[in-house]
Amino acid sequence: MTEEPLIVTKDLKKIYAMGPHKLEALAGVNLTFARGEFAGLVGPSGSGKTTLLNILGSLDVPTEGSAMVMGRAIETLSHKEAARLRNRHIGFIFQTFNLLPVYSVYENVEFALLLLGDPPAERRRKVMAALEWVHLADRVKSRPAQLSGGESQRVAIARAVVKRPDLVLADEPTANLDAENSHNILRTMERLNRELGTTFLFATHDAKVMQYLRRKITLVDGRVAADEMTEASGARL
Amino acid sequence: MTLLKLAIKNLLGAGLRTWLNVFVLSLSFVLIIFSQGLIQGMNRQAEGAMIASEVGGGHLQHPAYDPYDPLTLTDAHGPLPAPLAALAASGKAVPVLIAQGTIYPEGRLYTVLVKGVDPGQTVLNIPTSFLAAPTEGGEVPIIIGTRMAKTTGLKKGDTFTLQWRDARGTFDALDAKVVEIFSTSVQTVDSGQIWIPLDRLREMTGLSGEATFVVLAPGTPIPKAGDWVLRSRDDFLADLRAMVEAKTVGSTIVYIVFLALAMLAIFDTQVLSIFRRRREMGTLMALGFTRGKVIALFTLEGMFNGVLGALVAAVYGIPLLAWIARTGWAMPANVDSYGFAIGERLFPSFGLGLVAGTTLLVLLVTTIVSFLPTRRIARLKPTDALRGRTS
Repeated sequence: MTEEPLIVTKDLKKIYAMGPHKLEALAGVNLTFARGEFAGLVGPSGSGKTTLLNILGSLDVPTEGSAMVMGRAIETLSHKEAARLRNRHIGFIFQTFNLLPVYSVYENVEFALLLLGDPPAERRRKVMAALEWVHLADRVKSRPAQLSGGESQRVAIARAVVKRPDLVLADEPTANLDAENSHNILRTMERLNRELGTTFLFATHDAKVMQYLRRKITLVDGRVAADEMTEASGARL
Repeated sequence: MTLLKLAIKNLLGAGLRTWLNVFVLSLSFVLIIFSQGLIQGMNRQAEGAMIASEVGGGHLQHPAYDPYDPLTLTDAHGPLPAPLAALAASGKAVPVLIAQGTIYPEGRLYTVLVKGVDPGQTVLNIPTSFLAAPTEGGEVPIIIGTRMAKTTGLKKGDTFTLQWRDARGTFDALDAKVVEIFSTSVQTVDSGQIWIPLDRLREMTGLSGEATFVVLAPGTPIPKAGDWVLRSRDDFLADLRAMVEAKTVGSTIVYIVFLALAMLAIFDTQVLSIFRRRREMGTLMALGFTRGKVIALFTLEGMFNGVLGALVAAVYGIPLLAWIARTGWAMPANVDSYGFAIGERLFPSFGLGLVAGTTLLVLLVTTIVSFLPTRRIARLKPTDALRGRTS
């Protein structure tokens, strides 16, 4: 018996109304992702990478077609159901880190667990474990403003994985980082994928990220131009 | 609970912006409570003074007496009904006889009400005991209030001619002497009137055993007194309360201005927050917050401005207002023009109802004002919020 795919999209379209004009961001995307993949959507700006990532993360809905994520059709979810799906099963990593400025490192990571209702002791255990994965256990009391870009993104990774989500969506996670920090956080994510079995899906046009991907999907003008399995070389760097 | 903690954390994390709002709100709390306390104190003080000096436990009036029509005075007198006479004899009521008269201090002419009262009475807070001592030259002893003294230029010890009409309509005159000038905040026992011994006035007017009205001592049950008309304490105070009500319009405007200023600060902060923190809202939604939860969080943050404002107001407001309530607030010299009895110092009254009511009202309005701008969040798409855009 084969395992059910984590994500299945069928003829997925997203059309934005821009005044009298219409912009087709996704023009019929058909993709399937299995659990545990370390895959990336690559392509030039405006190719639909972020739009697809947003739909898969239930932050947006398709105009046409279907996106099944963990057995749930994104296009049919209510706001509350979509929020619950994000809360329990999906972690996000953003280009601009999006840490909450008034919270400490610890609180930023803990935030993801608050809505799950974990007891405080359990939360503390999970937060500290997540911060140890990203080597920031000694910075628990720091504020985001006191962190470097690389550290901020590692906190964002800890926040994304602390609840052990099935899927982590990373939108240009290295865009604001230098090469060394980029490799550091990519190695961290690659290790988490390997050790925790978490599925990572990137949207990127950063060559450094592509070195780590085991599957590379190229989007051009909202269509899948190529879908290839690759041998990740970055992990050996 | 989580939302409460987050709201407090966000609010305190905002630093100076929060504390400026909280300070403005606390000022509003204190100023609103202070202005309302002044009005309440004024009302209470005026009522107390009126009851003590004029109203007592209510009046029973001769049926012909109309206090607003001096022309009725000629006929507004009669023998005391037996129950009233009994009360007067026991000191639980004091009869007052009023006659119209004219005084001629230093050649000038003033029309006055001549009020006859028992010098030994203890029902009214007027120093009538000065009327008991006979004057050296056999003049009619009189006491007057400070306003009357100021108007007529009379001083203690001055003698002047008093003219009146007796029961038969005959004019008569005698010398009168000011034996005391009393200070009272109740204008209606002072201006345009002189007080003389009741027996003397009865003798002068030929109205033996008669009175115009009887003032009951506070707490005295209202007796049946034939056709004499009851003018209850509430009847007297209704006029005062209506007057205070009219005077509170200005205070209400102040109240609204303070509240509006505070609410403007909250509204402004909320609008700015929602504009500046869109990316944060997007992050919260990405982490699993529903729009409803984000709205609740921002509304709570706004509401806690009010809670912190109340706490800060309590820190400096309670000692400040308690001090003012104890020492009083000096009233301006022309306070008589207010039209009701206020002393030289006004003692504000800060009741629990006023403080609790104001606090609840400010918190309620703060919550509503905090909520209104957050409705925009309901239209916010998570993807737009994450990009820092409004939908």
